[in-house]
Formats: sequence, structure tokens, C-alpha cells
Amino acid sequence: MDYEIETTMTLNGTQVTRRIAARTHLVDFLREEMGLTGSHAGCEHGVCGACTLRVNGDIVRGCLTLAVACNGKTIDTIEGVSDSGEAAEMQHAFHERNALQCGFCTPGMIMCAIDLVKNKPAAKREEIREYISGNYCRCTGYHAIVDAIEAVLISKQRLGGKS
Amino acid sequence: MSQDIVNSTTTTPVAPVVDRPLQAPGTRPQTGYIGKSEPRANAKRLLQGRGSYTDDLRFPRLAQVAYFRSPHAHAKIKKLDLSKARVAPGVIAVVDGYAVRDICSPWMGVLSHLKGIRSPLQFPLAIERARWQGEPVAAVVAETRAQAEDARDLVEAEWEELPVVVDMRDALAGQTVIHEELGDNICFHRELDTGEVDAAFAKADCVVEESYSFGRHTGVCLEPRIILADYNAGEHSLTVHHNTQSPHMMQQLFAKHFDIPEANIQVIAKDVGGGFGIKVHTYPDEMCTVALSIMLRRPVKFVADRMESMVSDIHAREHRVKIRLAADKAGNILAFDLDDLTAIGPYSVYPRTSGIEGNQVVNLTGGPYKHKQYRAKLDAVFTNKNVTCQYRAVGHPIAAAVTEGIVDAAAIKLGIDPAEFRRRNLIRDDAYPYTFPSGIRFEKLSHHKCLDKLLEIMDYPALRAEQAALRKKGIHRGIGLASIIEVTSPSAAFYGVGGAPISAQDGATLRLDVSGMVTVLCGVTEQGQGTDAIFGQIAATAVGVSLDKVRVLTGDTRVTPYGGGTWASRGAGIGGEAVLQSGKALKSNILDVAAAMLNVKKVTLDIIDNTIIDTTTGEKKLPLAEVGRVAYFRPDTLPMNFQSELTVTRHFVPREYAFTFANGVQGSLVEVDPDTGFIKMLKHWCVGDCGTVINPLLVDEQTRGGIVQGIGGAMFEECMYDERGQMLNANLADYLVPMSFEMPDIVTAHIETPTKTSELGAKGAGENGTAGAPAAIMNAINDALLPFNAKVRDMPFTPERVLKALGKV
Repeated sequence: MDYEIETTMTLNGTQVTRRIAARTHLVDFLREEMGLTGSHAGCEHGVCGACTLRVNGDIVRGCLTLAVACNGKTIDTIEGVSDSGEAAEMQHAFHERNALQCGFCTPGMIMCAIDLVKNKPAAKREEIREYISGNYCRCTGYHAIVDAIEAVLISKQRLGGKS
Repeated sequence: MSQDIVNSTTTTPVAPVVDRPLQAPGTRPQTGYIGKSEPRANAKRLLQGRGSYTDDLRFPRLAQVAYFRSPHAHAKIKKLDLSKARVAPGVIAVVDGYAVRDICSPWMGVLSHLKGIRSPLQFPLAIERARWQGEPVAAVVAETRAQAEDARDLVEAEWEELPVVVDMRDALAGQTVIHEELGDNICFHRELDTGEVDAAFAKADCVVEESYSFGRHTGVCLEPRIILADYNAGEHSLTVHHNTQSPHMMQQLFAKHFDIPEANIQVIAKDVGGGFGIKVHTYPDEMCTVALSIMLRRPVKFVADRMESMVSDIHAREHRVKIRLAADKAGNILAFDLDDLTAIGPYSVYPRTSGIEGNQVVNLTGGPYKHKQYRAKLDAVFTNKNVTCQYRAVGHPIAAAVTEGIVDAAAIKLGIDPAEFRRRNLIRDDAYPYTFPSGIRFEKLSHHKCLDKLLEIMDYPALRAEQAALRKKGIHRGIGLASIIEVTSPSAAFYGVGGAPISAQDGATLRLDVSGMVTVLCGVTEQGQGTDAIFGQIAATAVGVSLDKVRVLTGDTRVTPYGGGTWASRGAGIGGEAVLQSGKALKSNILDVAAAMLNVKKVTLDIIDNTIIDTTTGEKKLPLAEVGRVAYFRPDTLPMNFQSELTVTRHFVPREYAFTFANGVQGSLVEVDPDTGFIKMLKHWCVGDCGTVINPLLVDEQTRGGIVQGIGGAMFEECMYDERGQMLNANLADYLVPMSFEMPDIVTAHIETPTKTSELGAKGAGENGTAGAPAAIMNAINDALLPFNAKVRDMPFTPERVLKALGKV
């Protein structure tokens, strides 16, 4: 019944090819087929941001992106940016500041936060708050998350804006 | 004893010499990690996306279930045709309520200490009639979730719609009765009267009266409810992976309703994506999932999608309250008079009941103040909406908002500044122990210290001056205050006395491992609050090891001591004390082994920094790893008849007081745009007293997160229903959860009044923020609207409601 399409993507630096049902969302493909359970399905209709991951360098909703639409594209998940060390500084700042509680929003929040560092390196608190508004956190009240991101930005600015 | 005192020169972690509860009179201070902002060890895996949430687990032969739910708020099931669904691709089974009824016995959400509370029997799947939109009616099990959902769409039902009761006032009037066998729609009625209330109002110089309403809202844990039941027919055993807050409670309920011996049931809650009270109830779809695993003899998983979460996760807080306050002209509050009406849906939720929230409103209203007369009336009524039950800060936000709202109204009428009015009326800090008119007893609270601290960190006079100056420029800012009391660490008085199978006690097992590390097992559970982290801190401190030597395991009925889990802010106060006592016992037993190894008296030894030391000289004698090695691998070298006991368990339950009350006060600064009705939250302050602060970092974030949940209820969140009982905004796009951009920075501070009922001295800290934020916000908005002689009384405070209050729409 499910129409399947052969799809090739570069997933966390490794090329993978699978036959994927056309209706499968990227987050479901990653979780169910690839065992990458770090991206979380919180609302499955594009609001909460827990499934935030990167396609061709830009953050997207994994629950609104069809996996077969990623043919030929580069996908980065929380597991990838953790192993590469790309997210290490942000993860450390989150840890120190207790900018997570239950941790369910956290992978998406980290993906969004490192995207912010790339795109808005001089962001102030209000801009940080706006940038992460697409990622719901029900536990922290956001203050600690803003603090953690701000700390990373300030630290990078001290290093002369080099990333 | 004396040798214990002599040693003051050894290096312990920084220990301020204050009246701390870990420091019994005459002993040297050793606070260790208590009071330290240590980051949580268990947060690291979550940061890398390497947690183990239930949906991350993989099982062979796993089947998935999707539920066909009632599209109507009240309707008779005339016909349910499952034939097409049964032959859909991948489908394993499709069942209705009759099939499941044979596997799972029904339940009733009543407790004997809530006198007169009533509810009908409830089944996993609706039988004959559905009573709310979203009630599960049929279950479709398939190889994959997508197949189950596809097949669910093939279930065909014929309905006969019945009259619905949506408004709680209609429910009370009772023209349409939802459960004929009960005769009316009243689930629970309670009255409380100290006497002399009418006399107090008659002699009062100032009487104020207000009516408030509170919108229904829900918890929206980002991880939806999930249960994975795995029945093993070979040994009649059941393993349930469940994101519950209370694994042992669920074990009891599964045993009772599936007739499986309790010892054959293991409930495991690994990482849980938020709880807030949502995940501590009996849900029909979850019970049905267990039944399906038993029927099909294979693991079956149910994950609520967000849309069905919105109509099946418990709702809370739908209240209409009338409150009156009497005061004399000197500004002393004489009496409160409360009338609370709340709608709980068609069933009282099992096993905690849906009467508790209203009961709490009665217990807590007026709670911080020293009046003597109090009268209250509560009606909790059935309606054809989703069920309501205990959600974070149960009843507190209602009680605090009506109390603090009417207190402000009285202050304004008397021409007294709200801060000064509170000072005159808050129970004095030296008046404890104190029995409040509702009968509850407070051991020791600190309302005045907290208020003083709050006004200091807010710089209250400067804010008032700024407010006055800005008003002249047409900028309308408001300052709101709210003092609150918070129920924490309850004894059996909360549930056990009423017959609920919920442990008030909790236990902790501590074990010295061979390597000198310490393993902690505790019945309290973790949903992100940081309970595992504080248990680590307490254990490290009590035993004398460094924090990196401690591992904590919670959330598994097969390995942890029996306990109640996490609810009512009981983790630190009850679980923490159990860990402390267990840690002290383990330390004593370790010293027994060390004394035997060294052939010295035990009193000459202590454990500091993972090492056995001589207390008189400070000399390092043995690393703990050596104690472990000898105790386990070379016991032959120890004296004959000596047995090492390096695993110990201790338990704790509060006995002296029914509840370990905590307290706090919040301040809110908002700016109201009188043209658009928009409210900007500029800043929020909170001073809380949760007794001993074990980890300030974690307490602060509990407070902030709690405040933002309170703000959500006050400003945005409402489960909206139409007149047919259809929920109109059952998705996350339309149901507004606070986002970072709208939220203010939140300043926190602490007063520490340790409870003397435990050695640790900790009270709960999880609900203070949620309890007080709506009240503080409401008072701030109304303070801003004061020049317009306008007032908002109905939460959430939407721009439309602000404009209505201003007479502009």
C-alpha cells in the first residue's frame, strides 16, 4: 500500500540509501529506521520544535519534512553534532546552567541554539528569546536557556568573533 | 562521641557555621554538597539526545495500538462496526469495550476521606455510551503505528447524540443528569465553617466581594503519555515501560485490575519527558493497552499523539469562585467567605479522585493570613468535557489568586499599600506552630522574612515611584504581589487514609561497591526536576565520598525500595531524608569494616573524600576502594564472626504534620497597553522558603519553570469548548503554551527555614512558582488598570478581556 521511493542522504556524515515510504516523515524515518532516537516527536504538527534537525545546513521541523524529500541532501541530527563536537560548547553551557530539565525539548533546542550562534552571533537576550521561540520548553521557563546561549555568544565574542 | 567533636581540623568541603539541619547540636558542621549548585550528572546524556525515553526502546514482536475516540461529548453507541478495520493491512486485532472488560476490571475514583464523593464505574473503553469527546471507544492494534492509525479510520460507528452538560452552572442546576444512577451531577460537596463568620462580616468596617473564573488548562508535557506493556504468558508476569511519575502505584493498580500478583509486575520509568502531575493517574487508554498485551501475548505500545493528548490528558483548574473578605478599619483581616464551583468532567479520576483540587482550594484559601473566621463551600460537578485531576500545584493557583485578589481589593478600599496591608495580616514569623482556620497546621513558615526580601530585591519603593512617573506619560505599569503557602511532602493524610494504594513513605538503598563507589536506589522518580542529582549530593555528603563516586537509580519497581514516586513536591523532603538516613547508616557500617581491618576503635575513624581517616590526627588510613576489596573479596582476613553490611536501606515518612508546608511570595511587573489590551510581562520576582536548599541551581529552575507554567494559565492557556462539548483548540497551534519571547526574566531568592521534622530539613520546591504566579500577574494587571477603574477577573487574561474590562469592546 505504501509507495516507496529509493532515497539517498548524507546522514551525520555517512551516505545512506533506503527505500522509504513516501509518506514517512523525516523524524520517523530517523527514529524508526535509523535508530537515531535523539530527535523527538513532541507534537507531530510542526509547533513544538522537539524534532528540530538540520537539512543542508538549515534547521527544519523533522515532523513536517518528508524523508523522501531529503534525497541528495545532508542531514545532521543531535547525535551527529554531539559526536563531531560541534555542539559541545553549547551542551556544556546548558549543563552548567541547568538549562534543561526533562530533556525532551533539549536536542531540538540545542540544534536551534547552535543555529543561532551561526546566524546571529551578536544576539542580545531579546533576540535570543525570539530566535528560540519556535522551540517549546515546558520545564525551565526559558530563562536558563537564554542564559546558556548568551554565555556561549559572549564567550565567542571574547575570542574575537571567531567561531 | 567526644572524639567526633574533637576533630575540627580535617578538611571537609566548605561548611558555613549556621543552624543547618545536618548539624545536630554539638557536632561539627559537615554540609558537604548540601547547598551547592552542582550540575546534574544525568543531564549529559539528555543533552546529546541519548536519553532512554520509553518511545526510544526497541522490542521484538512489538505491536502498536491506536484508539478510536468518541467524536461526541455525550452519545449512545448505537453500532460499532470493526469489520473493515480488522482486515486492513498490518492489523493484529481490533477490540471494543466488551472484549476488554473481560480482561480489566473497572475502577471508581472515590476516596473515603473525601466524604460523600461519588463517581460511576469506569471501563478502559466506553461501553454503550461515551461521555466526553475523546473518550476511547475502540482499540486498533497493528504491526506499525501508521497501520494502526490507518485502520482506525476504518472503524465505523453510529451514534445517538444525547444532551450535553458543558457549563458547570448547568451541571449544578442538574436539568440534564449525566449519570442517571447518581441522581444529580454532584461529584463532591464540602462545607467548612469556623463559626462567627456572619458576625465578623456584620462588625467589619470594610467588606469586599469579587467573583473570579479560571479557564481549564492542561499540562502539555512535551513527551506525550506513553505505555509499553509486555505480558509474559509463560510466567503470568507483566513488564510495563511507562512514563509514569509513580511506578509502585501503577504496579498496585495493574495487579488489582488485571489479577496478576504484584510481585509478577515490574513497572519501569526511565527518562520521562515532563510530568507536572499529568503522568500520575489511571488513563483508560493506558489500561486498555495493558489488556491488549495480555490478550495478544506480545508487547503492545501506545503513544498519545498531541491531538489526542489534548482531549485525554487530564485537564485542570476550571473554577468559578465567589469570595468575600471582612476587615476592620485598622486594616486587619477578620474573615474570608468562599464559594467555589468546579467542573471535573464525567468521571472522578482514579485513584486520586477529582475532588482533591477543589478540596485544596477550600484548605488553602486565606492560608497566609491570621484571620480567625473562615467559611467555605465547594461543589465539584460532572460535565461532558474531558476529565480533570491533579496538575502541578493542585488547587494552589486558584486559592492564591482569589485570596490575593480579594486582599488587594481590601487594601485598595482601605487606602493601604498592598505590601503594607500584607505586613499587617500575614501570620507572624514567630507565631508557629500555627493552626489555620481550615484546620491545617503549619510547623514553621516565614511570610514576613520572604516579603521583606522580595520588596528589597524588587526595590519596591523605586518601582512605585517609576510607575507613578510613567503613568503621567501614559505608560501603564502595574505591580502585583502574592503570598502563598505550598503543600509539600504529604503524609498518608493526602491519599492513603482515604484508601488509595499510594505510598506516603519512601525508601533509599545505598550500597558501597567494590571500587569504593556508592550506588543509590530510591523509590522517588525523576521527570527532570533533578531528584537523582540531589540524592547524589545527599548520599555523597552523608557517606563522605565525592560526588563523582555516586550513581543514582530510580524508576524501577523491581530494584528500588517501595515508594510513592514523585508528586506533591515530595522528592526532596521524603526521598531526600531516606537517602540521608541510609547514607548515615552505610557510613557507620563502612566504619565497622574499616575498624575491623585496622584493628582500632570505630570512633577513631571517619570518612572524608573517599578515604578512611584517623579523626584525631587527620591521617589517611585507607581508601574506600580498599574497604570494598577486603569486604567483598577477602573477608577471610576479617575477624571471625564479622560480617560486612555494605548495603543498607532506610525509609522515611513525615509523621508529626499532615503536610510539610512551604511558603513564598512573588512579585510581578507588567505593562498594559490600554489601546490594544496587550500585556507585556516585564519582570517577575520570587522569594521561596523550601527549608534546606539542597541545590540552589535546581531550586531556582524549579521555581522559574513553575512560574512560567503559572503564567501560562494566567495569560494564555485555555481548553476551549463549544456548547456541544467539542474542544475547539485541541492542538498546539491553537492552545497557547508560553514561548520564550513572551516570558520575562525571573529573579529568585531564598529564605531557609528547615523543617524540624526531618534531619535534612528540606521542604518541597516544585510548586511554589506555579502556585503564586497567576495571583501576582492578576494583581499587577489590575494595579495597572487602577486609574481606569477597570479590573480583570477571568483567566486567561487575553487582550480581549482586558479591552472588555476597559469598556472598549
